Amino acid sequence: MKNLEVNLCGVKLDNPVVPASGTFGFGLEMADVYDINVLGAISIKGTTRDPRFGNPTPRIAECEAGMINSVGLQNPGVDAVIAEEIPELRKVYRKPIIANVSGFGIDEYVECCSKMDKVDDVDIIEVNVSCPNVHNGGMAFGTSCEAAAEVTREVKAVTHKPVFVKLSPNVTDIVSIARAVEDAGADGITLINTLLGMRIDTARRRPVIANKMGGFSGRAVFPVALRMVYQVANACQVPVMGCGGVATASDVIEMMMAGATAVQVGAENLRNPFACKEIIEALPAEMERLGIDSLSDIIGIVK
Amino acid sequence: MKKQTLKIESNRMVVDKVWEMKLSGCDDVQKPGQFVNIALEGKFLRRPISVNDWKDGVLTLLYKVVGRGTAQMAEMKAGECLDVLTGLGNGFDLSVNCAKPVLIGGGIGVAPLYLLAKELLAKGVKPSVILGFNTASEVILKDEFEALGLQTLVTTVDGSCGIKGFVTNALPELEYDYFYTCGPMPMLRALAPAVTSKGQLSLEERMGCGTGICMGCTCKTLLGAKRVCKDGPVFTLDEIAL
Repeated sequence: MKNLEVNLCGVKLDNPVVPASGTFGFGLEMADVYDINVLGAISIKGTTRDPRFGNPTPRIAECEAGMINSVGLQNPGVDAVIAEEIPELRKVYRKPIIANVSGFGIDEYVECCSKMDKVDDVDIIEVNVSCPNVHNGGMAFGTSCEAAAEVTREVKAVTHKPVFVKLSPNVTDIVSIARAVEDAGADGITLINTLLGMRIDTARRRPVIANKMGGFSGRAVFPVALRMVYQVANACQVPVMGCGGVATASDVIEMMMAGATAVQVGAENLRNPFACKEIIEALPAEMERLGIDSLSDIIGIVK
Repeated sequence: MKKQTLKIESNRMVVDKVWEMKLSGCDDVQKPGQFVNIALEGKFLRRPISVNDWKDGVLTLLYKVVGRGTAQMAEMKAGECLDVLTGLGNGFDLSVNCAKPVLIGGGIGVAPLYLLAKELLAKGVKPSVILGFNTASEVILKDEFEALGLQTLVTTVDGSCGIKGFVTNALPELEYDYFYTCGPMPMLRALAPAVTSKGQLSLEERMGCGTGICMGCTCKTLLGAKRVCKDGPVFTLDEIAL
C-alpha cells in the first residue's frame, strides 16, 4: 500500500495533486463528470474584491506544447464566491479548498483575504501576486521584493489560515522574491504562475490574443517551473506547491524531488479534463517503479 | 460530457475546404447544437467542432479547414481513432412553442442546423431553411435539407446561386414565428435587427477547454458574463449582447 499523503502547514492532503487556480473553475463542472473527492485539494478560480468580466476575446492562443491565456481574472467577486461558489462546491466536495485571491492594491488583497479567512470551508489562502494579464495589479506586486513582502505582511496581519504566496516567474531572481515573502511571514509559496508570452497571426498581421500578450503555460514550461521550485525549496524553509507544465504522475514525482510538498496541475486540465484523476490513479504504479513507499519521503530529496 | 475513443468511418471533402468526417462509437449527444472537442496528435488544445448529425452511434461532423488543426484532421483516414470529448455545450432548446420556425445558417454555421431540423421534424414541427454562402461553389447541405422535405432558400453574396445577397435578403420571403441560427458574428449582428420573431443564436469563440473551466471564451449577455462553451454556445436573442 503506497502512502500518497502530504501535509501542507497542518492541512492534510490525501495526495499531492491539486488543480491550479483558473484551470478548474470553482470545481462544479468537473464534479458533474467524476468524483472530485479523489483530489488532494482544489485551488479555486482567482477572486478579486469586485466582480470582473476580464479581458476581451480572443483570450486563448496555442503554442507548441503549451498555450497562452489572457482571461484577466474573470470572477464574480469575493462576496459572491463566498456566498455562492464555495457553498456549492462544499455540497459535493469534502477535501481541502484553497482560495486564490488577487487584487489591484494592498487594501484589496487585505479585504479579500480577511473575508476568506472567516470562511470555515477555506483551508488555505493562496495570494496571487503574479497574474500577468491585468494592468496595475497582479504581477506588479510579484516582481519586486518590497511589494511582494508588503502584500504578504499586510495579508498575514488579517489572517489565521495558512497563506501561500503565488509567485511570478517573470523576474530576474526568483530566490530573492521567495525569501522576501518568507521573511514577511508567508506560510508557503506556490510557483510558478505563467510566463509572459505572445503569438502573432501572421496572415492578419496582428496579435492572436486581444490583449496582445498573455500567460504561457503547459508542458513546455515544466523545466522552467521545476528549476524555480528547486531553487526556492532549497533557499526557503516554508513548503512549496510546485506548478507549471505538470501532466503526468512522473512529473509530480519529479516536482516533489525538486522540493515541492504538493503539486498543482494547470493547463493540462484544459486539454484533458480528467488529467488530475488520471495522474492520481497512475501515482502508485509510478511510485512502485521508482521504489517509493511514501511520497512525503521524496520531498526535496534531490540536492 | 464523456471522453470517448471514436473510430473514423469516413473523411471526405464536400466542397473546397469543407470536409465531412463520420465517427462511430459515440453514445453521447443530448441535443442538436452541441459540439465535440477533438484531441489531435501534436496539438496542445483540442478542436471544437459542432455536431452535424448523429444516428445509430455514428457522429457526423462538417468542418472547415481554417488552420493547422483542421488541416491535420483533413489528412486523417478511415480506421484511425480520435480522442473526443462529447456532449459539450447546451445545444438548441427545442421546448419552445412554435409552429413554423426558420433555421438560418451562414457558411460552415449551417452544420448544426441539420440535426436540429431532423429533431424538429420528429416533434412534428416543420421548419423552413435559409442557407447563406459567398458563392455557388461553397453551397453545402442544400440537397440534404430538401431531402427532408423542407423549403430551403439559398443566398449567395455574388448571386451565383439562389437569392443574391445575405440571409437577411431571404427573410422576407418566408413566414416564421421563431428562428434558430448559427453563423459568423457579422451575420448574427445583421440578423438580430432584421428578424421579426424571438429566437436562438449559436455563437462561436476561440476556446481553451470547451468544458467551462478556463473562462477563455466568455461573452457578454444581459445576464452577465457567460461561457460560450458551457453556458452556450446557444443563447436567446433576448439575453445576448451582440
